[in-house]
Amino acid sequence: MAQAGTVVQKPAIPLPEKIAIGLTVNGTRQHLRVAPWTSLLDTLRDHLDLTGTKKGCDHGQCGACTVLVNGRRINSCLTLAVMQDGATITTIEGLEANGSLHPLQQAFIDHDAFQCGYCTPGQICSAVGLLAEGKAGTNDEIRELMSGNICRCGAYPNIVAAIRQVMGQA
Amino acid sequence: MIVFEYARATDIADAVRQKAADPGAKFIAGGTNLIDLMKENVERPSRLIDISRLPLNRVEEAPDGGLRIGALVPNSDLAYHPLVEQRYPILSSAIVAGASPQLRNMASTGGNLLQRTRCYYFYDTATPCNKRDPGSGCPAINGLNRMHAILGTSEACIATHPSDMCVALAALDARVLVTGPAGDRAIPFAEFHRLPGDTPEIDTNLDPGEMVTAVELPAKGFAENYTYLKIRDRLSYAFALVSVAAALELEGDTIRQARVALGGVAHKPWRDPAAETALEGQVANDATFSRAADLLLRDARGFTHNTFKIDLARKTVIRALTQAAGATPQSQSDKKIR
Repeated sequence: MAQAGTVVQKPAIPLPEKIAIGLTVNGTRQHLRVAPWTSLLDTLRDHLDLTGTKKGCDHGQCGACTVLVNGRRINSCLTLAVMQDGATITTIEGLEANGSLHPLQQAFIDHDAFQCGYCTPGQICSAVGLLAEGKAGTNDEIRELMSGNICRCGAYPNIVAAIRQVMGQA
Repeated sequence: MIVFEYARATDIADAVRQKAADPGAKFIAGGTNLIDLMKENVERPSRLIDISRLPLNRVEEAPDGGLRIGALVPNSDLAYHPLVEQRYPILSSAIVAGASPQLRNMASTGGNLLQRTRCYYFYDTATPCNKRDPGSGCPAINGLNRMHAILGTSEACIATHPSDMCVALAALDARVLVTGPAGDRAIPFAEFHRLPGDTPEIDTNLDPGEMVTAVELPAKGFAENYTYLKIRDRLSYAFALVSVAAALELEGDTIRQARVALGGVAHKPWRDPAAETALEGQVANDATFSRAADLLLRDARGFTHNTFKIDLARKTVIRALTQAAGATPQSQSDKKIR
């Protein structure tokens, strides 16, 4: 501990006040106070303890942080929580219904579509978005429209197979 | 991340007013580039003015048969808009050739225009960069410059503009509508972005207090004979080494009108009236396309690691014009180049 009198007092830098926001996350209304610079990703993980959404690169290049905002897939690392005030957010934790896995979660298990699993929540949320968009038909189109999600274990062929399985059910 | 204040704009006039009151403020819409640059300490705004809720998110038909695209229309909505797919497929194609679906869902039309170069030195605050820190020097000129420009470079900067969408907008002769303290004005697309010259820190001719409100497309969309051909190190989700937006109007096999815009080769989407004039009135064949490619690249200059781009660009122009003339546009999912 520094002795009194030896501490160099730095002038306090006034921080902007935290801002009150409301988010509906996986069906639950949440009221939070966040600093302006808090990303949606950090809000989910550090404020709401929803650690299923992963921080990979934190620069929008890997897709591990993909969540659905108002039904659209986005990179949660590249948006601020304050910008999403009022939004409806679905993370990997919110995909199951009544104790049953989402069909894509089950398909990823059926096709062994992961190894280490770090990219998987982002892959699955991205695939939910892809199915909702309805722009993918062929395997080439699935690959192209999943290109925002990197898998360093290289499970790509099985990820495509899992998505195809769910497309077939639709 | 840096410390900053945040305020939401209540309407367009309020956004302009807030910006005028704080010269260190920046507008934020999609945030995909600005937030990344703030995490890297490259951009250090005192305040973010959130314009994302302003009513600028519609695609509307213009009285002259063209299209008016609100500045906040997300890239994905624009690419898949039925009127864009029908009348301006070159724009749809260029948009889906860029970024990822997640980023296209976030990124706005105006923000795409205003995104900054991905030059490694611009991003790395441990190195000099004339664009980030005017007068500090350009390490790219004698450094890692594989991705860098071959046309319109200066002693101060050899960065490229990274957008795919803008290459198509340049080919389509779009106009950028802006508003600011001095009122509204329209900027022809060719005059929106700048060459680096000795002020590479200024990317565009937008005044500091101005905001992009819309992009207007003229009626002519070249929906029959067009392509967007993008050449890159990975097949997906990579910036262009070279890209070409080619659009032709044909009468039989004679070219009546031609537009060729290049991406990945300059500080702005690159067009050359001499090359387009050389195509017009000529038969659409290899010899014609070669002459146009030679003209487009006549002033090209390579650096240590990117001289290959000159020949690559030449071949890409010829292939793109061949695809456009044959009405066989490049697929952006099956990546085979035919």
